[in-house]
Formats: sequence, C-alpha cells, structure tokens
Amino acid sequence: MKVNDLLELAGRNLRESGFRNALTTAGVAVGVASLVAMLSLGAGLQGLVTDRFARSGLFNTIGVFTARDMRGMERSERRSGVLESNTRPLDDAARKEINVLPHVIEVYPEVRLLTDVSFEGRTLFTSVSGLSPSANQNEAFEKMHGRFFSGPEAAEAILHVDFARDLLAPANTPGDAFPLPMGPRAGGTPDVTDAQLDALLGKEIVLHYGEREPTPPPTEARTHTASRSGRAQNAVARSTGGDPGGADSADETVSFSVVRRERHLRIVGIVDTEPYAGITASAASRVFLPVGLAEKLHPAQASTLRDIMQAKPSASENYSALIVRVDDPAHVQPTQDALKGMGFRTFSLLDATKSLRRVFVIVDLFLAIFGSVALVVASLGIVNTLVMSVLERRREIGVLKALGASDTDVKRLFFVEAGVMGTVGGALGVLLGWLIGRAINFGTNIYLANQDLPHETVVLLPLWLIAGAVAFAIAVSLLSGIYPAARAARLDPVQVLRYE
Amino acid sequence: MPGGNGTPNAIRAENVCRHYTMGDSVVKALDGVSLEVQESERVAMVGASGSGKSTLLHLMAGLDRPTSGTLETRGRNLAVMSPEELAAHRRGTVGMIFQAFHLLPRMTLEENVELPLRLSEVPREARALRVREALERVGLAGRAAHRPGELSGGEQQRAAIARALVNRPSILLADEPTGNLDSHNGEEIMRLIYSLNESLHMTVVLVTHEQRLAASFAERILVLSDGRLAAEGRPGDPAVEALR
Repeated sequence: MKVNDLLELAGRNLRESGFRNALTTAGVAVGVASLVAMLSLGAGLQGLVTDRFARSGLFNTIGVFTARDMRGMERSERRSGVLESNTRPLDDAARKEINVLPHVIEVYPEVRLLTDVSFEGRTLFTSVSGLSPSANQNEAFEKMHGRFFSGPEAAEAILHVDFARDLLAPANTPGDAFPLPMGPRAGGTPDVTDAQLDALLGKEIVLHYGEREPTPPPTEARTHTASRSGRAQNAVARSTGGDPGGADSADETVSFSVVRRERHLRIVGIVDTEPYAGITASAASRVFLPVGLAEKLHPAQASTLRDIMQAKPSASENYSALIVRVDDPAHVQPTQDALKGMGFRTFSLLDATKSLRRVFVIVDLFLAIFGSVALVVASLGIVNTLVMSVLERRREIGVLKALGASDTDVKRLFFVEAGVMGTVGGALGVLLGWLIGRAINFGTNIYLANQDLPHETVVLLPLWLIAGAVAFAIAVSLLSGIYPAARAARLDPVQVLRYE
Repeated sequence: MPGGNGTPNAIRAENVCRHYTMGDSVVKALDGVSLEVQESERVAMVGASGSGKSTLLHLMAGLDRPTSGTLETRGRNLAVMSPEELAAHRRGTVGMIFQAFHLLPRMTLEENVELPLRLSEVPREARALRVREALERVGLAGRAAHRPGELSGGEQQRAAIARALVNRPSILLADEPTGNLDSHNGEEIMRLIYSLNESLHMTVVLVTHEQRLAASFAERILVLSDGRLAAEGRPGDPAVEALR
C-alpha cells in the first residue's frame, strides 16, 4: 500500500475513535512537554553561564605565559627539568611570531599594576589594567555610563563604579581609611546617584606609577640612585647574572631603573560590572586604560620584581603575559597546541570549563531521564490504545487480509497510526513545553525584578531541542506500536472471518 | 497439469491435506483431496458442516496453506508461496465473497469497493472509474455514497461482489453467498454471479449447503465428506445425488 493511502486509512481509523486517541495523544503531549520543559531549563541554565563567558569574549581568548610562570601546573615537566632548560622569554619577537599564527586576530600584553590614583586632591591606592579595543564588545560595556576609549593610546580612563563611588565619597568615610586595591569594598559602598557618576565623566584623574627604564650597566655590583626629570627619584634595581655569588663576568649584568611618573587621564566611562565577567586578573581592576597607552607607559609591574630576582635577566622588557584572541572558540585548542609547541605555557577558559560542561551534560542527562518518565507512561498509553484498537478491529484486519493486504501492510498501518499520535503529540508537547518555559521565565523575571536584578532567560528552547523532542516522541510512539502491529499482523484471517 | 484445451487449469489440487493439531489430537479438515477446475467453469462444493468445503475454499483463496499436497491456481503452487506472494494472489488472482458480506461499516460503498485497488497500489485517478464500473455492474452506482448499514442484505452482498470484482480477478470464490439472504435476494445474487461468469468468463467456485442452489447454478458439483472428495459430477448424476 502506498504511503498516502496508509496515511489516509490511519487518519480515518484515528478519527473513528477520536476521543480515546485524543486522550492518548494528549498523554504523549504531556510527556514531551515534561521532557522539553526539563531540558529547556537545563539549556537555559547552561546558556546563562556559557553565554556570559561567550559574550565576554573569554571563550576565544588564550593567556600565554613563559614556561617558568606555569611551573606549578606542569609538575612532571619540572621534575624532568624540561622547563629549566627550555624557558623562552615572552618578548616582542615572541609576540610577533604569535601574531602571525593562523586564526589569531589579536595579541596584546597583560598590563596590570598596583598604584596610586589622585582625584581632586585625594589619592587612592588601586589596581589599574590595560584593556584592548576588542573589550568594547564585552557585555560590561553595554550599559556603561559614558563611552569606551576613543583610541588605543588615548589618555583616557574607565572606572569601575565602586572606585568611582570611592572617588566621590567624603574624605572621612571608612572606605578611605582602608582602601582596597581591588574587588568590592568590604565596608560597603557610599550612596552615589547616577547624576553624580555622570558628573565624573570628562574630569581628570592622575595616575602615579613607576616607569621601568633601562640604565647602562653599573661598574659595581651594588645599587645606586638616579634622578629623572628632576621630580621623580627612585631606587634602582640591578641584577647580576651567573651564579649567586656574582663571580661571573660583568657583561651579563643588566640594570634598569624604576622612575616615578605621573599621567593625567580623562574619565570617559564608568562600568557597573567587571569586564571579562570578572574572571581574569585584569578584570578585577578598578581603573582601566587603553592597552596601547598602558604599554607606552612601561610601568613597573609585579613581574618587574621577578625580573630583578631571576638568574638571567633581560635588558629588554619581557611581558608577564600575552593575551591571544582567536577568531572562533573552535580554534582555541589548535592555537594552544601551537603556542605550546613554541615553548610557552597557555591557559584558556575552555580548559577551565571542561569540567563545568561535563557537569551540565550530567545535569541534562538526569533532567532528560526525569522528563522522559512521563513520555514512557504516555508510550504505555499508546500500546494500550493500539492493542484495544487491534481487538476492536479484528474483523477489519481479517477483511483487509482477505482482500490482499500483506502482514507488512497491516503492520505499517498500525505503525502509521502510532507515528501520527507521536507526531501530533510531539508537536503539541513542544508547544506546551514552550508555554511552560515562558511561564517559568515570566515568573522568574518578576522575582528578579523584585530583587532589583537584571532580566534573565532561565528556560531556553533551542531548535535542536524542538526537533529532537518531536523525533523522540515519534521514535517512542513507533516503539510502542511494535507489539500491537505485530499482534495485528499475526491475526489469522480465516479464524477472524469465521467467528467475527 | 494442463486443462483440456492445453491451458493450465484454473485450479488443480493434488492430494491436499489440511490438518490441525488441537492438544494431543489431530483434526483432519482435509485429507487427500484431488480435483481440477477448468477456466470459466462454475463449480459448486457441497457437503455437511465440517466436511471441509470452506477449508478448501480458504486454501484456494490463499488465506491458508495446505499441510501437504499441491494446490495450484493457473499453474502456480500456493503451497510453496511466501506470505507476500499469497497476498499478491489474493489481490490479483482471486476475488472472495462471504456469507456475512464483511463490508467495513465505517466506509461508504465506494470506499469499500476501492479498498482492493488501494492494496494493489492502483493510481488514484484510475480508481474512481473502476469503482464506478464495478458498482454499475452490480446495479449499485446510485448508492455509492451510502454506508453498508443503510443497505439491505441483498444490496450489501452485491456491494461485496463489486468489491471482489474491482481488481478483475480470474477466479471468484463464494462462501455461502446466499446464507444470510432470503430466497428472493439469494436468487438475485446467484443470477448476478451467473451473469458475471457468462460475461467475464470468470471461474466461479461456490460453497453452499443449499442443494437446489448448487444444482441450478453449477456446471459441476463436488461433494465433500469428512475432509475427502466423496463424489463429483454434473447436477443430476446419480453418484452425486446419492451423496448430497
């Protein structure tokens, strides 16, 4: 029998016992709705976490460090001595080499310093970081006061709102007594209105920092002082190469000065949330400036001290870390492999979220199992309905066989009936599941709004889930149809026509 | 074995047995039946209840298989056919009518008659014409949209004959076709079957327990008794008359 004839006959049969079949189909719909609601909740929760990372650009970002910096993570290599011998400096040459790797779209250094910032006669100690132009796509900047940097080297600053509040706070607030370099203030933040924050835009802050400046090799293996610009004076750090005793030749000795500098920066923006979802070290800073400008300042960073202490210091400035952005998260792993091949250590959020994704897979699996219970019950309903149908239609089956229907034709007829119930039930179930999801989203957002929290999509119904749920419903229905269809096909037409 | 004119017999049975096992005992519904039915012949099978005539008809229809022996229709042995081949035999070679009509009550006459065409995968556009032809042949063209419950017994049996004819089979198998009808309607149905045999040259095998009907309709009568062919001959033959 042709498919359209099978569909027509199946449709006719389903309409004949319309109420019973509608109830069975409703059972399938409830089962699918339960499955869809569960899985879309899982998808929504996963989306809440991963989308934030994805929007922050962290999924296609790789941190690059010298092998020495990552020793703690590579214990086996340290034991084998590989790191000691193969340590490669993270310098300009390496940066250029990384920049031409396939799929790399941006390479910039991580610049982060702890320093003083002055504003209208007050000085606060805080953490300052450079931000790349690509950070503008970061969700942290979606609802900022003001704007992003006008250029990669503009003398501009973006403040975190906590720091902006500190700047505006009266001098006698507890915040002044115990300034924190980063993170939320333990003592609470002073009440500041949006208008006051907006008033900060366009005003200047002064950044006090130490500039790292190379000096000629000293003739003595002792420190000395230097004066720069007549206004800044600082200690000079010098390191000697070779053995700790300093007995090696003087040509391996490298010196550099750390000179006190000031830089005036115009406040152009104030952000409420941390860039990069607050995950990276630089994101936890309270003042941000363009990374191009930050580089030009040659600030002494935490790594400067390490350069002083290391056995073989470099005259040129090495980067403490480089941030590499690739065009797609799928290219993170091959790029990491290439970077490792160049002798560097790498870190990406994909590494860190592997276990998180595994957790979500397990959660989704359990949600699917719980959601499927209702569908299993519904499938028993299909079996029951079709078995009843076989019993009621024994004579019809016998007549069909007498007229030339094969066992396969009879089986197909019942499979199509089961499939139609599965398809209709699946489609209705997806619709019902979507409505349940909308209701959950609606209720959740009312609660979030009452808590003064931003709108979130808690339940998400992706296309794959719609297609998968309908396909699953059809598959379960067809499985449910196996027994009734086989039972119908086994009917002996001679017996049936004789006694029915 | 070919028929008298060199063409294969419409039906040929050779030592056909159909045994049923019921617990420890074996019921021999048919026990070594051999017979031949020629093309376009009208044959009536008569016998007491349980003599095996309906069982033999079901074997000829391909609804059942012989336990042993050979049963051929137009030269093809039904005993060795696969289930799919038997289904094709039921669709194309034979048409069946039953005592209880067995029309599907939820379908109109038109839809009932169309069923064998659906099973044979006849294109939709050709079906309407063939259904109309079949209904016209049995005089029910005007009742095509009616359901079986809206018709008399005689009309229902005529509709069942239209359904059996629509695939243009070469053999018509009729199992007590007048059993549920009054004598007037019964005669009408037999006249219709007779005319189909005459006009379409269909082979007709009729199972009946009505001796008068068998005598007036059939060219040859087969008498079955206890699963065996007890006698055969033309109506009026003493051997047949003795056993009827």
